[in-house]
Amino acid sequence: MTVADIAFYIFSLTLVTAGLFTVVARNPVHSVLWLILSFLSASGLFVLLGAEFVAMLLVIVYVGAVMVLFLFVVMMLDVDFAELKAEMAKFMPLALLIGLVILMQLVMGYGAWESAHGASDLLANPITADHHNTEALGLILYDEYFLLFQLSGLILLVAMIGAIVLTLRHRKDVKRQDVLAQMFRDPAKAMELKDVKPGQGL
Amino acid sequence: MMEFFTTTTLGIALLVTGQALLVIVPLFVALAFLMYGDRKVWAAVQMRRGPNQVGVFGVLQSFADLLKYIVKEVVVPAGADKFVFYLAPMMTFVLALIAWAVIPWNPTWVVADINVAVLYIFAVSSLEVYGVIMGGWASNSKYAFLGSLRSAAQMISYEVSIGLIIIGVIISTGSLNFGDIVAAQDGNYGLFSWYWLPHFPMVILFFVSALAETNRPPFDLPEAESELVAGYQVEYSSTPFLLFMMGELLSVVLMCALISLLFFGGWLSPVPGIPDSILWLIGKMLFFFFMFAMVKAITPRYRYDQLMRLGWKVFLPMSLGWVVLVAFFAQYGAFGGAYARWAIGG
Repeated sequence: MTVADIAFYIFSLTLVTAGLFTVVARNPVHSVLWLILSFLSASGLFVLLGAEFVAMLLVIVYVGAVMVLFLFVVMMLDVDFAELKAEMAKFMPLALLIGLVILMQLVMGYGAWESAHGASDLLANPITADHHNTEALGLILYDEYFLLFQLSGLILLVAMIGAIVLTLRHRKDVKRQDVLAQMFRDPAKAMELKDVKPGQGL
Repeated sequence: MMEFFTTTTLGIALLVTGQALLVIVPLFVALAFLMYGDRKVWAAVQMRRGPNQVGVFGVLQSFADLLKYIVKEVVVPAGADKFVFYLAPMMTFVLALIAWAVIPWNPTWVVADINVAVLYIFAVSSLEVYGVIMGGWASNSKYAFLGSLRSAAQMISYEVSIGLIIIGVIISTGSLNFGDIVAAQDGNYGLFSWYWLPHFPMVILFFVSALAETNRPPFDLPEAESELVAGYQVEYSSTPFLLFMMGELLSVVLMCALISLLFFGGWLSPVPGIPDSILWLIGKMLFFFFMFAMVKAITPRYRYDQLMRLGWKVFLPMSLGWVVLVAFFAQYGAFGGAYARWAIGG
């Protein structure tokens, strides 16, 4: 066994175990922590595949940003999980139906699958030797699929603006902080120095 | 003999362990004296003597502290999540250590010479927030939890601007490898070829963001001893607390190394003619560590809303605009190609 083999078995075992515990853990915070571990193992597998850029991106985006927000929400919400499970049982038939539909769609999609011309060559040798990972991805994204890349960025921007518009509301009855007014406040106008004579007071 | 270390599994494992120890052991020893130096600098600014009892001029103070931390009793609060409670300090400490794997000390001395080194550093530092959140949550205490929420929000906010600033440097270099970044700063004009000049405003932004990212004053709100009694660390004692503290100090030193490598030419000598050496890198790191200590000594603490405003409304737009500007400068070779030093692609 080479080092890569040992690493592969360690990462995949951790991935599967962590995924399992994500589902069965009773405490939701533990569940999120297990999920983080499974993401980390997945990024380890990406490194073994030679896709180090994707591995780092997985850690930065999912573990470093998305899961932090997840953890924030789970920690601060006081969710009663016994109640939630009872609710869930009510909707079980509907959930099963949706699952079945998605499964059938996947089967149909896979049945009609047709590989592109020369795809097997590309799979066998994804990156030419004179490019490294990051550069190859950059060339593909910014040269060949520039329009699609920009469009997906635009969709994300619209989603962001939508989220802000939906949640932002100006309340008239709340006193708002005026930062500039605070910064340019003049000490001479705000306070006054008095010379107090002993024994007299003001 | 060399074949054993490069081909067999056991040999590679031994080699990597040896290299890692070669980085970690000097780092730990340096850490003890940096801690002492840190305290001496504050003491000098505040006209105190600082530690002066253990050893000559108190140089062994850190080792006495270490002994004290280790032999004290570990107190676990009632109702704490024990596993996560112990995991959090370990995570902080280990993450602060593994980041050093990709830091090069000279053109050939680096444990892992990977071509996504900058991203790796970024990934590791984005994980560091978990030590804080987990520690605060597992303590089962309101103070610790509020402190950890503050701290996490702060670390996430400033990571964004640090990332954008680094992207500017990456655009100029065309590589994510620290060796390439330093090599791109090697020019005919000594210290004026380094990136601090073309990327000048971002050097200051990076320094300030590094202060916020490592929870150092004036942004030490998570610890804010006057109102939050040390934030997420409040329930920790003994060795777990030591791990938190060492992890924080290690990430401060890492930030010093990053500033030196990204903007101040790493191991390059500032005057043409004097040979480059690892001593230059260590000297630069020490200088920036001194700056960190001075900032701690002379600045009052920020208010939390000021901190957030600075991060999101000042630093983020500035660094984002700078990335666009640098991209234009690099593309059109402005200022004699000072922004376009890439050796590959283009």
